[in-house]
Order: sequence, then C-alpha cells, then structure tokens
Amino acid sequence: MTLFIEQCLNGLQFGLLLFLLAAGLTLVFGIMDLVNLAHGSLYMLGAYFAATFAAWTGSFVLGAGLALAATLLVGMAVEVIAMRRLYGRDHLDHVLATFGLILFFNELVRLIWGAGGMSLPLPSWLNTPVRILPGVDYSAYKLSIIIVSLTVAAFLYVLVMRTRLGMLIRAGASNREMIGALGVNIKLLFTLVFGLGAALAGLAGLMQAPILTVQIGMGENILILAFVITVIGGIGSIRGAFVAAIMVGFIDTLGRAYFTDLLRLAFTKETAATAAPALSSMLIYLLMAIILVVRPEGLFPASSK
Amino acid sequence: MRRALFAASAALLFAAGPAAAQQKSIKIGFISTFSGPVAVIGNDMRNSFELALDHMDRKMGGLPVEVIYEDDGFKPEVGKQKTDKLIESDKVDFIVGYIWSNVLLASMKSAIDSKTFLITSNAGPHQIAGEQCSPYIFSTSWQNDQTPQAMGHYMNQKGVKTAFLIGPNYAAGKDMLGGVASTFKGRIVGQELTKWPDQLDFSAELAKAKAEKPDAIFVFYPGKAGVQFLSQYAQSGLKGQIPLYTAFTIDELSLPLQKDLALGVPGAQEWVNDLPNDANKKFVADYIKKYPGLRPSFYGAQTYDAANLVASAVAATKGNLSDKVAVQKALEKADFKSVRGKFKFNTNHIPIQNFYLQEPVKDQDGNFVLKTVATIVEDNQDRFANECNMK
Repeated sequence: MTLFIEQCLNGLQFGLLLFLLAAGLTLVFGIMDLVNLAHGSLYMLGAYFAATFAAWTGSFVLGAGLALAATLLVGMAVEVIAMRRLYGRDHLDHVLATFGLILFFNELVRLIWGAGGMSLPLPSWLNTPVRILPGVDYSAYKLSIIIVSLTVAAFLYVLVMRTRLGMLIRAGASNREMIGALGVNIKLLFTLVFGLGAALAGLAGLMQAPILTVQIGMGENILILAFVITVIGGIGSIRGAFVAAIMVGFIDTLGRAYFTDLLRLAFTKETAATAAPALSSMLIYLLMAIILVVRPEGLFPASSK
Repeated sequence: MRRALFAASAALLFAAGPAAAQQKSIKIGFISTFSGPVAVIGNDMRNSFELALDHMDRKMGGLPVEVIYEDDGFKPEVGKQKTDKLIESDKVDFIVGYIWSNVLLASMKSAIDSKTFLITSNAGPHQIAGEQCSPYIFSTSWQNDQTPQAMGHYMNQKGVKTAFLIGPNYAAGKDMLGGVASTFKGRIVGQELTKWPDQLDFSAELAKAKAEKPDAIFVFYPGKAGVQFLSQYAQSGLKGQIPLYTAFTIDELSLPLQKDLALGVPGAQEWVNDLPNDANKKFVADYIKKYPGLRPSFYGAQTYDAANLVASAVAATKGNLSDKVAVQKALEKADFKSVRGKFKFNTNHIPIQNFYLQEPVKDQDGNFVLKTVATIVEDNQDRFANECNMK
C-alpha cells in the first residue's frame, strides 16, 4: 500500500511538471495560433540558467528565481525578434521556423556552456526524504515540486479566469481580430503571453534539472509529451492541459510500476520484463488515439474560433 | 563545370592508382556518438585515438594514417548507414569505435560481409563473443557480461544476500543484468528494465526497489543516465539505506556531474586511470596535458588500445592489408603495450583480462577521481567463448 501511495505521488509529480510545460504550449497555441516547437528550448534554457545562477549566488532558491526572470526575458525577446514575423502565416512555416530555433538554441548553449552538460545540486534540506504518512517516506524535493506546481496552477487559474489580463487572454483565444479592433494592444498582449509561456517552460526545466541533468536537447523528448497533453486536453485550454497532464503522469508512472506484473500473468517472466517497458510507454499514445477518436477536439475544447 | 570534370577525372585516376600499387596510406573509419547528450563519450574516444596517433607520429608501419570520424547519433540505424558509407564509399581498411551494443549489432554485418576488420573499443554484446563471433570482429573492451560478473563476485564477498537489479532495456542492459545474475550467489528479489534511452525518471523503479528491502541494488546506467540515476537514488532516500553496486555508471566523464553523490559507490572496471604500468602513466599524463580540464575515461583507454592494436597489425604485415588471413593473425597476437598492462585475446577475439574494484574519491585538490581499490578477478574469460565457432 505504501508503495502504491508513493507511485501515485510520483505520477502526480510527473503530471504536474508536464502541466507546466503544456500550459505554456497551449497558451501560445490557443491564443497566438502559433505552433512553437522551440518550447522545449526554453525549458532547457530555464535549467541552464538555474544551474548557472545557483552556482553564482550559492543559493538554489535565489538561482531559481533569477532563472525564471531570465527565461521570461528570453521568451519575450524571442517573441519580439522572431515570432512576430510568423503570425498569420501557415502552420508549416511555424514548424519550420521554430525547428530552426531549436537548432539555434542547442548550438548557442553548446557555445556558452559547452557540450558536457551541468548539474544543479540540491540544498541538503531538499535532498532528503520526509515522512508524509506513518511509514511512507517521500523525497522532499519531489514534494516541493508538487506544491510549487499546484500553486502555479492556482495562480494561472486566477490569472486567466479572474483578472482583466486573463479576460483579454481568453478573448484573444476566441477572436483575435475582434479584440484588436476593440483597441487592445494585441502586440503587447502576445509578447506577455509568450513570455509567460516561456517562464512556465523555464520553471518546469529548472525544477526537473536536479532530478535529471542539465544537458543540450533535454527539452526535446519531454516536448513530445507536452504536445500529446495539449492534444488530449484540447488545444488552448489550460483546464484541459491540467487534467490531461495529470492523466498522462499517472498512466506513465503506474504503467511502468505495475505493467510488468500484469504482463507476467499472461507471459513468461523474461518476455514480460522485456515487453513491459516498451508497451507501457505506448499507453500514453494509445490514450491520445482513443481521445482523438471519441473527442477529436480534446477533453476540454477551448471555445470555438 | 570544367573544374568539376577535372576534379572527377583526377579522382578517378587517383582511385585507379593504389589498387595495383602497394598501400599508400592506412584508412581508418571511426564510429562513435559525437552529438547529443552522450557526445562527451564520443569526444573522449576521439581524443584518445588522436593521442595514440600523436604517439606514433601519425604513422602505422611507416604509412600515413587517415581517420574518418562519423557520428552514429546514438541510433542503430544511423550507425549502420555510417558503417556502410565508410566501407563502400571510403573503402576504409579498419573500422574502430562503437559505444553502444545495439549500434554495433546493427552495423557489424556490413563489416563481416565486406571482410573489413572491425575493432569495437567499447560495445560488447554477447552475440559477438558467442554464436556470431567472426574473424573480422575484435574487441579491445570486454564482453558486456564480464564487468557485472566481477561486480557479482564482489557482492558475494561483501555478504550481500538479496539484490534488486535495474538497467536499461536494450542489448547491453540485458547482458549486464544477466552477467551479475550469473555470478551473484544470493537471491535476486526483483529486476527492472527501463525504456532506453529516453526514460530518465526512475522514481517508479526506485520505489519498487525500496519496497522489496534488498541488501543491495545493482545498476547499469552508462553516460548521462548514470548521473540522473545517482541523484534520484539520493533524493528517494535510498542512499544510506540500501547500498548501491554499479557497472559503467560512474566514470571520469560522469563524475564531474555526480560529485559527492558518487562517493562510496563501488564499480567494477578493467581499466582505472591509476593502473601502475608505463603505457598507462604516459597515456593519462599526456591526455591531461593535451586536453586541459579533461580526464581520460575507460572509453578512451580502450580506444587508445584499439589504435595501438591496429598499428601493431599494420606493422606486422608491413602494410600489406590485402592478405586478410595475415592481418587477422597479426591482430590476434595483440603485440602492443596495453594501458591495462597485459593484454591477450581469447579464441573469440575478446580480451582475457583482470577486473578491478574502483571507487570515486576526492583528491587533495578537491577533484573527484577514481582509484583502484582491489583486483576482483584475474584473467577473466567471458562465458560465451565456447559458443564461438570461428570460421
């Protein structure tokens, strides 16, 4: 039972982390109608900034804060310099240009930080397990990821649903031309939204950095999952991204944890051990395929354009 | 256009020339991973190969050496394409390299079919040692099972009664876990294979290992995955609770990132940078001199040996590489000074060698380095040699 609780927490933590990444992606896609493959590069930059600033300041929390601000600025700069030229063009152009950005950022990181990668060591108060229930110890750091992500999710909810800026964002998602015509500075709004998306990606990257390592191309694999979540949740819907991310996190973690035992009922030990990792990583895509058949717009489609 | 025509005819003439005449240069194809997160391994191998060439004045048997480096991109299908390119269009005399067992397995058939000598300086899937052994395949590393087998012996010595095994789900991962299971006398209470190479979160596996309460956990995670595994092992609270035993998880390339997390975690290896022989002292000292800030790893040491092995065969055959049988015989003699001391090939072209216990320590300058603690097994032979029927 304690194992099951621990696996559920692992699933929740992974899901929330994916949510941060997918939220930025879905915001940018939903509001700006922009396919941004370079979202993973911002995730990578967040991790590199955090590792660098943490080494400079000697404080993990301070480094993380600075990294967040730096990713926000980079995101806004990318929007002003590159993305602005892509609005209104074909999605294929977006894919091509942002793929170019991935190559650009990978090479830039190689030039600045070298090919070897970095590590972001945790302060000792985060690097230990804490007792959350009698007999259940859980990594303090993973627990803090859960708390931070939930806080950010709540913040996003309030921002989008309860503030004037959020109202404009929602209006932008449903009809861009109209809010432009109503005198809203759409350019500024877009820069802000893109910066916000970048900061969310950066936050995901810097939080993942101590668990994984900081390395070139670290955002590319996880971006695929973020896209899957966007599709499952409904493009442009933050609520959809949240639900889908938690689903994907649970399916991935619990699949890895229990699929081998499940397969062992039907196959030999050897076959089960070999096939289970491959099959369990397929489960997410299976879910996506089913959702696409049943609800092609995703679980929570953003209001129609 | 005229220039292109001129160049083409010159190339034609050039190509026609050496076919009849004596070999003019030695062409070596080199396959490793030079891009992406594991490029550090490929770079270390290339650095060591270049250093070996420097040490021999970039000549083998008096002939100039030309090396063509190709990047497998960490993918079997790319490795195979690059191997085919080296054989068919570059017409190399030898192919050296290969970090990954799955890349080697995909590529080796091309080498065998074209009778091109392939020296793997890392990957050691059991197939090349056993049923698919070939006169054209040599290894300056080990067969995958050997290193974990040594670890299994060490775990017996330490009185480990129950163990949980974790490794990646690909050719080498399965060999490694099979290897440790073959010598470990205690009970294996669980085994997890993870998706390779893109699964980097091991929380589900670690939680399972923790629940089984074994005496020890054995892992095999080469490259960056080893860094990730060690940090997650510490975060999950297992460090200090369940000791970790490793193969190819901590090396000079990952240690600068693993730092304190690696301290006290034993590993088995056939080469350690402090092995007390002259060839090794020269290799390590010159490597550090030539590449400031870097330290050679076992990947590099094996590749340095591979360069010297090729050179010994070229010298023994006086550069006449068309006599394949003579080249094979010369390679089998392994007449070179290995950085791991004595070096001898088994009948299946896999080295017979010692395996050492290595441990990460902090030296007086605060750097993390590996040092030899003990010899675990001497003159170890892989367990597939008797399945090899070399034709």
